[in-house]
Amino acid sequence: MSEPLLKVRDLKIGATIFPPGEKPRDIEIVHGVSFDLERGKVLGLIGESGAGKSTIGLASMAYGRGGVKLTGGEVWVNGRDILQSKLGDIRALRGAEVTYVSQSAAASFNPAKKIMEQVIEAAVEQKKFSRNEAEARARTLFAKLGLPDPDNIGDRYPHQVSGGQLQRCMTALALCPEPDLVVFDEPTTALDVTTQIDVLMAIKEAIKDTGVAALYITHDLAVVAQVSDDIMVLRMGDMVEYGSVDQIINNPQEEYTKALVSVRSIEHEEKTPNSDPVLKVDGISARYKGLTHDVLSNVSVELHPGQTLAVVGESGSGKSTLARVITGLLPPRAGEISFAGRTLSPELAGRSRDDLRELQMIYQMADTAMNPRQTVGTIIGRPLEFYFGLRGAEKRKRVIELLDEIELGEKFLDRYPAELSGGQKQRVCIARALAAKPKLIICDEVTSALDPLVADGILKLLLNLQKAEDVAYLFITHDLATVRAISDTIAVMYQGNLQRYGSKSEVLSPPFDDYTDLLLSSVPEMRLGWLESVVANRKMESAGN
Amino acid sequence: MKNIPISAQIGLFFTGIYFFMAIFAPLIAPYGVGEIVGDVWEPASSSYLLGTDNIGRDLLSRMIYGGRTTIFIATAGTLLSFVIGSILGFFAAVVGGWADQLLSRFVDLIMSIPTLIFALVVLSVMPVTIPILIVVMGLLDSTRVYRLARAVAVDISVMEYVEAARLRGEKTGWIIFREILPNALSPLIAEMGLRFIFMVLFVSTLSFLGLGVQPPEADWGGIVKENKEGIVYGIPAALIPAFAIATLAISVNLVADWVLNRTTSLKGGRG
Amino acid sequence: MHPVIALVAQRFVLGLLLLFAASALIFAGTMILPGDVAQSILGQSATPEALENMRRELGLNEPALQRYFSWLFNALQGDLGTALTNGRDIAESISKRLGNTLFLAFWAALISVPLAIFLGLLAVRYKDRWPDKLISAVTLASISIPEFLIGYVLMFFISVRLGWFPSVAMVNDSMSILERLNAIALPVTVLTLVVLAHMMRMTRAAILNVMQSAYIETAELKGLSSFKVIYRHAFPNAIAPIVNVVMLNLAYLVVGVVVIEVVFVYPGMGQYLVDHVSKRDVPVVQACGLIFAAVYIGLNMLADIISILANPRLRHPK
Repeated sequence: MSEPLLKVRDLKIGATIFPPGEKPRDIEIVHGVSFDLERGKVLGLIGESGAGKSTIGLASMAYGRGGVKLTGGEVWVNGRDILQSKLGDIRALRGAEVTYVSQSAAASFNPAKKIMEQVIEAAVEQKKFSRNEAEARARTLFAKLGLPDPDNIGDRYPHQVSGGQLQRCMTALALCPEPDLVVFDEPTTALDVTTQIDVLMAIKEAIKDTGVAALYITHDLAVVAQVSDDIMVLRMGDMVEYGSVDQIINNPQEEYTKALVSVRSIEHEEKTPNSDPVLKVDGISARYKGLTHDVLSNVSVELHPGQTLAVVGESGSGKSTLARVITGLLPPRAGEISFAGRTLSPELAGRSRDDLRELQMIYQMADTAMNPRQTVGTIIGRPLEFYFGLRGAEKRKRVIELLDEIELGEKFLDRYPAELSGGQKQRVCIARALAAKPKLIICDEVTSALDPLVADGILKLLLNLQKAEDVAYLFITHDLATVRAISDTIAVMYQGNLQRYGSKSEVLSPPFDDYTDLLLSSVPEMRLGWLESVVANRKMESAGN
Repeated sequence: MKNIPISAQIGLFFTGIYFFMAIFAPLIAPYGVGEIVGDVWEPASSSYLLGTDNIGRDLLSRMIYGGRTTIFIATAGTLLSFVIGSILGFFAAVVGGWADQLLSRFVDLIMSIPTLIFALVVLSVMPVTIPILIVVMGLLDSTRVYRLARAVAVDISVMEYVEAARLRGEKTGWIIFREILPNALSPLIAEMGLRFIFMVLFVSTLSFLGLGVQPPEADWGGIVKENKEGIVYGIPAALIPAFAIATLAISVNLVADWVLNRTTSLKGGRG
Repeated sequence: MHPVIALVAQRFVLGLLLLFAASALIFAGTMILPGDVAQSILGQSATPEALENMRRELGLNEPALQRYFSWLFNALQGDLGTALTNGRDIAESISKRLGNTLFLAFWAALISVPLAIFLGLLAVRYKDRWPDKLISAVTLASISIPEFLIGYVLMFFISVRLGWFPSVAMVNDSMSILERLNAIALPVTVLTLVVLAHMMRMTRAAILNVMQSAYIETAELKGLSSFKVIYRHAFPNAIAPIVNVVMLNLAYLVVGVVVIEVVFVYPGMGQYLVDHVSKRDVPVVQACGLIFAAVYIGLNMLADIISILANPRLRHPK
């Protein structure tokens, strides 16, 4: 048996942290991880934030980002331990034997240089190819990765191409020097779902055609299942489980892996409209100051008490603008909103205190949605005081009740937001909304910034609260799995228009319009071969037309 | 005290001493401010700890009284610039619209002329008295406070917790005092230290140029001016007030630096 | 039209507008203040006849707006009026002094700009190690020290004690360039020290900002040497912020000159201005104020335009 391309043994990684008001101290963030990667194989590294997956990926180039230090163990690449190598030898390895694709290509390309120059730089610099050879190779890669106008796209500057295209250019940059190993660090996470599938397919085919080995780092198990041969599950710097894709997806052994596999499988029975709608949005058009086109045009939706309307769409679809219009932050150019039987004033200033109380909002970033100088008790207590005039012991009692409802409890009363985890912060925001006894809560991407398991917890909590309090949700999201999990009615938005609207079962059943079909089929599914089957289907369809 | 870094402790200590001397000047100073006690430029001795000045007054006494004037003018100027600058800055940030535009463009205009030059232009037609000095310096410097206060308040007012307060129906007063101010306080206090230093340097420079505090009143910049002829003869009397200005400025700077660092780390936690 | 040209033109026009507004402000600052200008020039003991004469001489009996526009119009044609104190033509007195001041500022800039960039790079290269810490400590100190202190300390030790350079920077037409340089050695040193601290601090921040970008990491992961990373990837992006820093500090230098000229009795614009402020010679003060403001606004405008020109997003629009 030949030596593997990459052999990692008992890798330990440390970092220096700077806790406020204390002396800086060293902590260990990866506690002894070992794995092998054979030539031409793809290993998926998966885990939630803080699992140490990116750090391990960069360690295969002997690189520590920021204050990260590789403190122990061995990393063998092509038969030598690079942690013991001299800087000159490590430089000869970077960009030649091992290359890197980052999450944000937009930030990783130098804004002052043309794309071509940056793509071929490593190959030329490391004397792998002459300048002409490298340029020819880059053009071939551009074509292979499905970039438009592959012969000339290299002459553009990074800001002149789209995000999805730039991510493919970054892949070309990594493949151009003909490396043995490419580290993909969340290469599709920042992309819209319909773009993600194209980039994913391009990366997969490029890997297959060039026979390069890869470390594929992501938090999305469904994505990694499409491109990897093996998967390693990481959690808090420890390996949890390590096996073939088939075993991890279809037969996970560890509890944590099982939880990751079954994430977003919340079942939710669709409710039918029961009474008059609590919210009626009628023919809304809106635009931001200084723009010449509408961001929302002629959108009408309804939402019934105790139910959930999911507004789904990609970036630029106008879904968040709809929320701003309903809350009164952006008065519409046309159309009318009625809420709980009354017509809402288009301006925030014109709304009654009851209008404001009964319509609450929860934000995507719980971090910025809470005043860092106020305790949890103050944050949740303020609406009680403001709307119901509760004071002292009475207020405190109600705050504790709410804390119990969001499964946190009394001990959180005097904590500050900075002392809470991401999921706990979002729960406090939910409690603040509930404190107003609202009829409707607008949830703007409330689970997008959270790790999948934490997000699941929040969704379950929201569903339970809906049952208990009979509150309606307007749920804005780009994530179709979330939509399936909680909605009764769905509105699909595309470029400011209502593309498709109806009950969950209607919207999610064929016949589809083109965009909804594209959107639905682009959501990664947790099964092997999903990517190929979708791409094959699409090819067939376009051939059939 | 144990959480305060050593540099900030030094800064606090010296700042404290200077302020103490300023407040209790008449009790500490061995001689009167205008009292001629000896010969011209006598060297330091047991009766005149820092020697005498260009007309034979006790330099230590003049330094203590001068410090009092300098620190008083700088403090008053700083307070004035802060009250005006931060109120207008917060107002512009929260209200926005044309009021913001009008104020901000006007501040841009004032700042397009170097502060010292503008002060000289204005002082050329004004009677130079201490209240006028304070008003002119305070008003000119309030432009900088305005910019900072507005920038900080704009940063905070686009935060979602401020939006949440607006959606709740809170009044502008609540939003400014409960949501924005507690989060803006630390950077503003740090800036206050820097503005104070600037004021000390500014009033000293004006007095040194003969356009600030007028004799027989003493202030540090004025003492430099009075004794500058001595330099050429190798008499270092003029360096003493200049040294006092520098140490005061550095001390306050060390404190401001510490406050600012505490602020940035506060973003992550309560510290 | 290329959007960059449009933007540059816009900045240029904006700069002119600002200068126009600044001139109005300077004029207003000396004319429309509480109290009577003639009174404050002549003092409380002035006779009514003297006051009336002064008012006529200053044209105070005409409407302010008319006076402003005739002043501005004359200034645009190079006529800055005559000084009240000695009746000399202001433009003539200023032109030589302006030359002297620019001579001083030029040499200070020539030394301080490369030095500041070099030290800024050094601080970044040895970030958080002793050279960086030393540099920031010195910077903190020198920002806290008034210009005239640095001036007198150098004068006291270098020129009086050591006798190396003259303590008074007298220059006149008959001096050769070398004699002149010898005369201004001390003031140039002081000005350099004064500007250096600010410039270095800002240069360091600008370079650090660029060095923390993701594309620098990309370059490092291509296996490029430190030199190539800096030269190829950091440098093109750092030019704009550094040039900006330099321009802003040159503007600062223009003001620092005022105090230094007084300290070293140097026959430049600054000393001229200060002299006539104490003599309450309003036309001279206005003229000097206008010129200082014009230089300051001009340098700031240049900084703006350079950062527009250096922005690849603007140079190569979609």
